[in-house]
Amino acid sequence: MKSGSSLGEFAGRHIGTGAEAQSLMLRELGFESVDALMQAAIPASIHLAEVTSKLPRAASEPEALAELRQLANKNRRLRSMIGLGYYDTFTPAVIKRNVLENPSWYTAYTPYQPEISQGRLEALINFQTMVADLTGLTTANSSMLDESTAVVEGMLLARRVSRSESNLFLVDSDALPQTKALLENRAEALEIQLQFTSFDGVSTPSIPEAFGVFIQYPGASGRVWDPSEVISAVQAGGGLAVVAADLLALTLLKSPAELGADIAVGTTQRFGVPIGFGGPHAGYLAVRAGLERQMPGRLVGVSKDAAGRPAYRLTLQAREQHIRREKATSNICTAQVLLAVMAGMFAVYHGPEGLLAIARRVAEGTRFLAAAASEGGHTLVHGNYFDTLSIQTAHSADELVRRARESGFQFFKVGDDLVQFSVDETTTEQELQELAKVLGANDPAKLETVRWELSSWIPEQLLRSSQYLTHPVFNSHHSETSMMRYLKQLADKDYALDRGMIPLGSCTMKLNAATEMEAVTWPEFSSVHPFAPEEDVEGYLELIAQLQSRLAEVTGYDAVSVQPNAGSQGELAGLLAIRGYHNSRGDHDRTVCLIPSSAHGTNAASAVLAGMKVVVVACDELGNVDLDDLRAKIQEHSAELAALMVTYPSTHGVYEQQIRQITSAVHEAGGQVYIDGANLNALLEFAKFGEFGGDVSHLNLHKTFCIPHGGGGPGVGPVAAKSHLAPFLPSHPLAQKLPGAVEVAQGSPSHRNAVSGAPFGSPNILPITWAYIRMMGGEGLRSATGAAVLAANYLARRLSSSFPVLYSGENGLVAHECILDLRPLTETTGITVDDVAKRLIDYGFHAPTMSFPVPGTLMVEPTESEDLTELERFVEAMVSIKAEAERVGSGEWNAEDNPLVNAPHTAAAAVEEEWEHPYSRQTAVFPSNAAKLHKYWPPVSRIDQAWGDRNLFCACPPPEAFA
Amino acid sequence: MAEKSEFKFTPEHEWLQVDGNTATVGITDYAAEKLGDVVYVDLPKVGSKIEAGKVVGEIESTKSVGELFAPVGGVVVESNSAVVETPELVNEDPFGAGWMIKVEVEDESQFDSPELMDEAAYKALVGE
Repeated sequence: MKSGSSLGEFAGRHIGTGAEAQSLMLRELGFESVDALMQAAIPASIHLAEVTSKLPRAASEPEALAELRQLANKNRRLRSMIGLGYYDTFTPAVIKRNVLENPSWYTAYTPYQPEISQGRLEALINFQTMVADLTGLTTANSSMLDESTAVVEGMLLARRVSRSESNLFLVDSDALPQTKALLENRAEALEIQLQFTSFDGVSTPSIPEAFGVFIQYPGASGRVWDPSEVISAVQAGGGLAVVAADLLALTLLKSPAELGADIAVGTTQRFGVPIGFGGPHAGYLAVRAGLERQMPGRLVGVSKDAAGRPAYRLTLQAREQHIRREKATSNICTAQVLLAVMAGMFAVYHGPEGLLAIARRVAEGTRFLAAAASEGGHTLVHGNYFDTLSIQTAHSADELVRRARESGFQFFKVGDDLVQFSVDETTTEQELQELAKVLGANDPAKLETVRWELSSWIPEQLLRSSQYLTHPVFNSHHSETSMMRYLKQLADKDYALDRGMIPLGSCTMKLNAATEMEAVTWPEFSSVHPFAPEEDVEGYLELIAQLQSRLAEVTGYDAVSVQPNAGSQGELAGLLAIRGYHNSRGDHDRTVCLIPSSAHGTNAASAVLAGMKVVVVACDELGNVDLDDLRAKIQEHSAELAALMVTYPSTHGVYEQQIRQITSAVHEAGGQVYIDGANLNALLEFAKFGEFGGDVSHLNLHKTFCIPHGGGGPGVGPVAAKSHLAPFLPSHPLAQKLPGAVEVAQGSPSHRNAVSGAPFGSPNILPITWAYIRMMGGEGLRSATGAAVLAANYLARRLSSSFPVLYSGENGLVAHECILDLRPLTETTGITVDDVAKRLIDYGFHAPTMSFPVPGTLMVEPTESEDLTELERFVEAMVSIKAEAERVGSGEWNAEDNPLVNAPHTAAAAVEEEWEHPYSRQTAVFPSNAAKLHKYWPPVSRIDQAWGDRNLFCACPPPEAFA
Repeated sequence: MAEKSEFKFTPEHEWLQVDGNTATVGITDYAAEKLGDVVYVDLPKVGSKIEAGKVVGEIESTKSVGELFAPVGGVVVESNSAVVETPELVNEDPFGAGWMIKVEVEDESQFDSPELMDEAAYKALVGE
């Protein structure tokens, strides 16, 4: 590592290998310096000799925090009563401290290795059970990106399943404005026809045949009504009913299932997840029996391990895009695991009675304000409501909003004389009194006459009598001691970055520094409503504008939108921008998207959702895009060519030499180049997408830019583009104007390319990336890239005598990851990639990426954050496993009974009375010295994948199952 | 069940056993092994008309999804409910209990299509 003034002190904390270690590693590889290594690895045609980004000089950790504090102070903390899908909530401190601020939860990866993920899988099955119980439906998935995205997914699910030939989707006019915007944008690309209908007083015979209907329950305006007749009318014509329901309201109101819904969607934000200016939060989606296989997103199910004990795992993965590509049920790969864990734990902590008490308090507070509004001379728009009141103002909307503001409250102006506001869990008695005054009720004594029976303002037939959250887990941990211990128990079952390296190729599991995480829980960032007036969120807007321009700077693009909530949504936004660009030029026929066969399945799934047709381009035996085939495919589709999607460096972890020829060939034919930014960690400050032919890219802030993986979400997938595509980046009907932002062209719809419910996606976690860039500076980012590539090449070299490295580029070098080919080993010993991955658990490791992008291989990405000791520990483990496999191959160990096929070994297995295996207990659980010193004990043994898929069960198992 | 030597094979790794104007259809052991543990089978309804070469069903394993192509055009006269309920039959007995559908054809000459291989030709195709 360089010393001197240009490299900030934080870089030395972030990068695991110091100068001494790096020179040892470089010697092994035969290079003088990291720069020399990078020059040899990266094609000269794209290589940058020095840092070119104009970023502020690296700040120290205290300096960065001080700057963030200044930005935070520019946000004004008024009490938001805007509602519209976002409500203030108390995050129980026991959950904040033990989950949100605990690296055991937030640094974990998606639970692809279920044996070392039982803690968060259990937390997710609690979440699924909570959603299924409250909605009354059979199966809930383990979260969606947000409510509005979940509604879109519900619409797409209805279209897949409906037996109606109709292309029409009916949408409740009283839906959330952000949901309407998303539906309009997404429906347009897929040529679905939307019909907005006010169901108020609609007679069911007048409902046209449609493949589905969407209903907001309660309505965006607060109205509580019974949609069951509308639902059955649509179902009679073969359509499906999608109901977005407020989970807190469902403790009082009849469930969507009781109303006849096929699909329920929504958000779980108000279950203890801070508003955070719009996200991240966990959306949800639940379905009736029979629709499980059509569900989008991740689903946790119960299976059993080798010892027959119940064990959790991700189930029905064959629905997902990494397997089904363009035929997947959705392009969404990730969930919002950390937030789903928090929401599920909120229900565990409060239990059914606690949630009901919160809901009653909210409903009664609303009833009180309804009386106050009437008393103040306003007119209630709806007589039936839960937490939201729409009122026709006595004077004008502006005046009421101003009066509220003077008392410290944000109301939402709907029209000239129409205002709405929502009561939430945090609304106090004192606030209610102040609000009554704001509403003009000057004589509180008159309000004493309010009747408190719910049935006086919620229709009797909609009051819920069915039970929910009856499972013991929701009725056992109501004391803080018990809750704290439950969370610890679960965290102890899991392997996260706080235990050791997670060398997952294409996932970039680097350090999520504590300083980067600091600002996330500052109330100035966490308690801000996404639709708050511009003047109240100046700090946030400044932070976002700075971040967007710095991201544009380091990628060589002109504009960035942070709206997409995941890489998949960034892809979609980028492709929609390309579509918009072509259409604006009258090129309506440009709909073909070329995708190399080596691409991640999400690319293809996103292209389909952007209304494009996927054409696959072959790869050569080295794993590179086959230029001849590319040219042939371009020729064949020249008039219809919309775009090429290419990942750089490739999904094979190689810097393709021909990238400039590839991008030029596409441009010459009038196509646009989408560069998938998943592997950006191998490029920062050494090459820029925008400079070697990229027109648009998405970036994964949760990979390259330090947002923690959260055990499978949140993700943030900003989309970055050249200036000609900038007018087509996501907008939002309720967005505040960013400082320095370009005015949107006249006539452009306000929903143009919206892909998230909130204008800026998940702003609450953007301070993490802001801090990373701020503390690294250009030199720091360049050093990190160099260290990451050095580490990958070092591992490739050290392991090459045991496992062939499948692909490499110029000079035999890989980029930031390498693929170890295990197929020869499997051939000679019968030991599979699964066996090696599970045996790594006994050695105290999270396995590298299995069988992607090539079956039978492991893809290893150490990142810049691991130190040489940890890299050597991994080498030692892999070499030792190879030797074990050879003992199986030679017949010394039985092919059916050896430490590899029996891996991982639990503590229970190691202390069994009888030990009849041909290897010792020591070999089983302490295969290396490192494992002896610091042992991770997997809570279950190998999980039976097939059994779980064949016997689908996706809710909390009864306690007897564990007896 | 007849001898495997009497079966016909398709390039999509399916087998047919012809009996008069009806063919029983399944997937080969090679296909079943490549798919891995089969966990779900989706078959066309009895009575449905199917067209040669078109996708009519799905065979899902824990790791991948295979499509069932109609090897010949005709009407589905039987669909194996046992394999739907117990998908592992596809792995355990692909040429027997793991059969998928029975198709009745109008034009029996379809069975003589040059696309269909005998056992030896199929074994050569999969390199056995």
